[in-house]
Amino acid sequence: MEELLKTPLYTRQQALNTKNVSFCGWDMPIQFDGIIAEHGYCRNDVALFDTSHMGEFFFKGDIKTSGINEATSINIDALDIGKCKYGFLLNEQGGVIDDLIIYRLCEDELMIVVNASRRAIDYDTLNSRITNATLEDRSMEFAKLDVQGPRSKEVLEKYFDVDLETLTFFSFVQTKVFESECILSRTGYTGELGFELYIDAETSVKLWDALIADGAKPAGLGARDILRLEMGYSLYGNDLSETITPLEANLSKFVNLKRDYVGKEALVKQKEEGLTRVLLPFKTTTRRSARKDFEVYQNDKKIGFVTSGAFSPILNVGIGLAMIDTDGFDENQSIELRDGRSNIEANITALPFIKK
Amino acid sequence: MKKYNEEHEWVEVEGDIATVGISSYAVEQLGDLTFFELPEMDAEVSMGDSVAFVESVKAASDIYTPISGEICEINETLLDEPELINQDAQGTFIYKLKVSNADELDSLMNEDEYKNFVDSL
Repeated sequence: MEELLKTPLYTRQQALNTKNVSFCGWDMPIQFDGIIAEHGYCRNDVALFDTSHMGEFFFKGDIKTSGINEATSINIDALDIGKCKYGFLLNEQGGVIDDLIIYRLCEDELMIVVNASRRAIDYDTLNSRITNATLEDRSMEFAKLDVQGPRSKEVLEKYFDVDLETLTFFSFVQTKVFESECILSRTGYTGELGFELYIDAETSVKLWDALIADGAKPAGLGARDILRLEMGYSLYGNDLSETITPLEANLSKFVNLKRDYVGKEALVKQKEEGLTRVLLPFKTTTRRSARKDFEVYQNDKKIGFVTSGAFSPILNVGIGLAMIDTDGFDENQSIELRDGRSNIEANITALPFIKK
Repeated sequence: MKKYNEEHEWVEVEGDIATVGISSYAVEQLGDLTFFELPEMDAEVSMGDSVAFVESVKAASDIYTPISGEICEINETLLDEPELINQDAQGTFIYKLKVSNADELDSLMNEDEYKNFVDSL
């Protein structure tokens, strides 16, 4: 087996008695104090996530003529410098190769943040769609810390010369922390006030120590998954894949069908023909949670499958997303989530599961 | 004195009543518990039967009774507060039963044997 990659914070984390999992080729902490406790740190205080496994590409070239503006669903040309945007890298069939965030660093430079599991295919795909421009995969140079929670601004403030109050959602600044370059972004995967920091390895260790000394609590991938699901945010590999389009994933607000980009024709066609399946949020009627790949039934007829499922410590019920065939489906009627052992009653609901 | 089966359930017998729970090792593996399905009162169960079910933030698992008998008490507080097991797995029972065959205890592991078993996993 190939040896797992370790983030610069691996040694620090091991000292905290973490439980680790293999995640997209990386040895990552799934929990520190406990998934429910860490979920609470983020919702009520401030949590620190090591997300150094994420990929960072740097693009340099003309936005209008290089092909980059048609390479993804994101209209970079309309994106102000200092702003970032969420969107999709699609295949010709409209399936999602990856979901990503593009940062407009300056007129002709971008940072593109991608999922660890999709780094190689993303790089090759993007590269094949651009000319007279450069794309560099600098993922291994970058550590990434997500500082998320109502107290995130308070703990970060003293380390930056930037007024964090002025950073609006999906804005960022290129600044310094501990005298090193840092991209500080007012974004996150939790629904809380929060920041994502792109820094070098050495600085990430200094900042990790400093923020923990200031009271931020480390949190792992387990809590992160519940936090994102409570907001209805998609996870690539679960809710998105090369055979699921953004329309099917209920993410049409992130795809502009009036603009041209790879995969758009397929989306237009799918919209015209009507969706045969769609990703819908469900809540179970008890504390029971369904998991990925549970089958969905209505009136004893199989109508779909669960793509993500977890227990919500805030709602005290199971929550999740399921890909459901639209034909004959009645969303006002309950559904059953089944695996070999369990049969869990659930109802379709609206996103987000919790209002922020 | 507690005895253990290989499915990480513990049992402690006093007179003809056996008290059953899950080991702290098992709870450590499961993480935060979120849901319990308890056995039916008065049900006759045989050693090794799946009699209860637990879900955690990470996984779901059957609970196999380490000893045969008739269920005579269930810990209903676990339905709303499964975290009690996370707080004290060795001291929180899931159900009690009236033992039908005390000899079964001889086939279970004692504290030291269980510790060695866990270390070997």
